[in-house]
Amino acid sequence: MNAIVESSLDPKRAERTVVQAGDHWMRELKAGQTLRIVDLEGNQAVDTFFLDAHDPAERYCAQTTLREQGNIYLTTGSRILSTRGREMLAIVADTCGRHDTLGGACAAESNQVRYGLEKRHMHNCRDSFLLAMARSGRNLSKKDIGPNINFFMNVPVTPEGFLDFQDGISAPGKYVEMRATRDVVVLVSNCPQLNNPCNGWNPTPVEMMVWDPWRPSGARHPPVR
Amino acid sequence: MHRLLHTERIPGGASWSSRLRRGQGLRIQDPTGDGNLVLGLWNANDPFERLNVPDSLKSQRIARFAAPCTLQSDMGRALASLVEDTCGWHDAIGGLGDHALSASRFGETTYQDSRNDRVTNARDHFLVELGRHGLGERDLGAVVNLFSRISVGSDGALRWDPAAKPGRSATLRFEMDVLVVVSATPHPMDPGTAWNPREIVVDVDLLPPPGPDDPVRNSCPENGRALELSERLFPGEWP
Repeated sequence: MNAIVESSLDPKRAERTVVQAGDHWMRELKAGQTLRIVDLEGNQAVDTFFLDAHDPAERYCAQTTLREQGNIYLTTGSRILSTRGREMLAIVADTCGRHDTLGGACAAESNQVRYGLEKRHMHNCRDSFLLAMARSGRNLSKKDIGPNINFFMNVPVTPEGFLDFQDGISAPGKYVEMRATRDVVVLVSNCPQLNNPCNGWNPTPVEMMVWDPWRPSGARHPPVR
Repeated sequence: MHRLLHTERIPGGASWSSRLRRGQGLRIQDPTGDGNLVLGLWNANDPFERLNVPDSLKSQRIARFAAPCTLQSDMGRALASLVEDTCGWHDAIGGLGDHALSASRFGETTYQDSRNDRVTNARDHFLVELGRHGLGERDLGAVVNLFSRISVGSDGALRWDPAAKPGRSATLRFEMDVLVVVSATPHPMDPGTAWNPREIVVDVDLLPPPGPDDPVRNSCPENGRALELSERLFPGEWP
């Protein structure tokens, strides 16, 4: 699966936010709103998770999503499914063509296992998720985090069943765009990982663009909680 | 030094859960050789900590489980090690089948007609077994399908790729006190449309501790560190 499809949406009409390297971003997307994530400088992993906006017990399910589409990669046409088997979002445009679904987010503890017990202090995506959830006032905790999507990361699987962490195939300005089917909360960590090449050893900013279908003028409005 | 404590026979279509201690093992047997056992693990003393499939995969650079390997928690600890394995491929991708999937594949059944042969599904099993232990849907993470093989093509396509062999077995050694939840239901990508779930037999054992020469500890530095993080919770403790 590698469906390169460009979007016809006009960035001038979007609500736009730059998320700096190592920062988090959390926002509710109403059904019908479209989110574009832009890899501004290339080779940046964007760890992304989705929860139902009204009942966080329903959340993105990697295993259901992969099984139902019969493929480990997400790209244009992929339906992002929940733990209850319902569509949360659909990917409607993608100029990168491949996004990791197996590796999940980095964490202080997984960094210890992978790179050395002394690595616990290093910045990581799970800490960003925890801080974003704590600040949200939504009564979310670690148990609400499941396996997430790593947009713009390239992690092929070999025929023998091994993971192969490869250099990204993303580049400056590549983007992925998804439309919410239901009201969802988007949780993003712009990955701070410095121990492997998932960010090209150089974490960089990404941009979030949100379009309202019911506001053709694209007028800005405060984020919806 | 294996010591058999007791045996559980899990009928096809049924589920089971138990708290098991560090030092205990579970020898899981698939007598017919085409069974499937869905597995989830939690820290029994702090169920906020549970099996983290992505962390387990990436630290070992694998997309499926095969001995020697660890099943790691979201806290970097080995919850369990897979120490014996005549199957060689346990699926980490297919996840839990649910009621809708079971109904579409096997048809709707009623308890009135089918009684204990009613079609079941792994997700409902997990919700019930977790409920027994005061846990619920928010505690349910990704799972492993023991004895099932899903291969991945170079284009990312998933393929049901069975390797049936009567008498297959796999042994888990618990490195922490765990809550184990299992469901003996077909893999959700098994294309079969006849409801014929297979019995799985599990022996609860006492196993020797992983020494310096342990194959799992030495399988890669990452597994050595995951075992060390578990050992820090239980200094010197092994039954």
